[in-house]
Amino acid sequence: MPRFLALTDAIAEYVHNGDTVAMEGFTHLIPFTAGHEVIRQGRRNLTLVRMTPDLIYDQLIGMGCARKLIFSWGGNPGVGSLHRLRDAVENGWPQPLELEEHSHAGIATAYAAGAAGLPLAILRGYVGTDLPGVNPNIRFIEDPFTGVRLAAIPSLRPDVSIVHAQRADRAGNVLLEGIVGVQKEAVLAATRAVVTVEEVVDDLRVASSNSVVLPSWTIDAIVEAPGGARPSYAHGYYRRDNAFYTQWDAISREHETFLAWMNENVLRKSSSPSPPIRGRRKG
Amino acid sequence: MDYTASEMMMVAAARALKNDDVCLVGIGMPSAACNLARLTHAPNITLIYESGTIGAKPYVLPLSIGDPELCETALTTVSVPEMFAYWLQGGRITVGFLAAAQIDRFGNINTTVIGEYSKPKVRLPGGGGAPEIASSCDQVFVIVSHSPRAFVPKVDFVTSFGFGTGGNHRQRLGLTTMGPSLIVTDLCLMRPHPQTKELLVTSVHPSVTREEIAIRTGWPVQFAGDLAHTDPPTAGELAVLRDLLNRSGQAGGMGPS
Repeated sequence: MPRFLALTDAIAEYVHNGDTVAMEGFTHLIPFTAGHEVIRQGRRNLTLVRMTPDLIYDQLIGMGCARKLIFSWGGNPGVGSLHRLRDAVENGWPQPLELEEHSHAGIATAYAAGAAGLPLAILRGYVGTDLPGVNPNIRFIEDPFTGVRLAAIPSLRPDVSIVHAQRADRAGNVLLEGIVGVQKEAVLAATRAVVTVEEVVDDLRVASSNSVVLPSWTIDAIVEAPGGARPSYAHGYYRRDNAFYTQWDAISREHETFLAWMNENVLRKSSSPSPPIRGRRKG
Repeated sequence: MDYTASEMMMVAAARALKNDDVCLVGIGMPSAACNLARLTHAPNITLIYESGTIGAKPYVLPLSIGDPELCETALTTVSVPEMFAYWLQGGRITVGFLAAAQIDRFGNINTTVIGEYSKPKVRLPGGGGAPEIASSCDQVFVIVSHSPRAFVPKVDFVTSFGFGTGGNHRQRLGLTTMGPSLIVTDLCLMRPHPQTKELLVTSVHPSVTREEIAIRTGWPVQFAGDLAHTDPPTAGELAVLRDLLNRSGQAGGMGPS
């Protein structure tokens, strides 16, 4: 049974300096509120893992939390660059950022291998690309049965994975629905798992016997954090704030505007969850 | 009827898709072209977004690859590991539709860096799903605005493999898929030469000159012997495209550029 904790306590206890941390969510259910608490607590030298770093890792990188990034697509979807990520890579601000770069297929397979307890992931991938030349963790092996050449990468085993989900019941079982991304794999692959949820309920309201449910004993800590995925979205609770994703381009472009925004909206905010703003509610 | 070069590009791209295609859709212009096809001549096309949504029928174009609009209109939504394993690497997709920052004369695509990888002039977002889309889909269509910055002799970084150094390079690497079979720009259509695999101009859009294409291509571009002329957009195609982009822009998705 996971512990139901306040956000400050969950991050203080489960996320340590120097950890390999995965905050997943493929456009949907991105754990922004938890990421902001990591920034407020001033974690340093993190190795951040995420398929699509998105705004939350732009913020963590710009605030100096990260030493290394393992990723596969580092942009602001539909808008353009992640300026803080670019500044760290191109100019070393606020500190240099080591990159371990993959494709989506590679990282998705590496999480699945981590969840399966395998040391490596294999895939039909990276053929002909320059990625193996810049990432020594992409190698090729021969299938012992057919002789086919396949890509091999180490499985991903984060020290801690943090995901956001729609609901938990009071026993600590968690439901995710909509675009479920790699969250199940990221949680099962990790040594520790922290889940923030829109609400803790008596009845999980599992729509189908095939819904994605994380049993209580796969999770270490649950934090009730309504709105915890904003400005990304929580299917059935609120919509993606596409306007904010567009505005982030200007906010994040210069150090001054970025730091002013972070100070106003993250550092000076308490970690107590803001009241939920309920949008179009489904199911 | 008046239309822009960008509208011509999206209409020409949409026309290349067939009603029975299963298409993995990149975000941005590929998504606009694929949905235009679905709303015109290809109503039964299956559109797949790498976020896991299979058979998406978005009413408005998404801003990101995982907007709720996709999941809410999809036949089914699968996990991301399943998407890349069963559906992409499993060989169930007929067309991968990609955009590019740079593309070279052999159809290799760069979306990773401009300049040296270790000391980039511009750090681009990276490969995302594209490296395996380029190798696993039956064929790949690319949509990209025609400029010498985009159409380079050799890409700075091969993010997604096209024809490598040309000829049978794909076969030598064990790839059995066709690779980039069509490049759609705002000036023309390009297809690979059957043997050398160099991209040739095969169809010129209305009121575009050969000189203009040559100036905006970063290598001495060749024209096919049986060069065609692209039909201008019909009034029907333009009406559907403009309506789609307008309502998408109003909804906060991808709008008119």
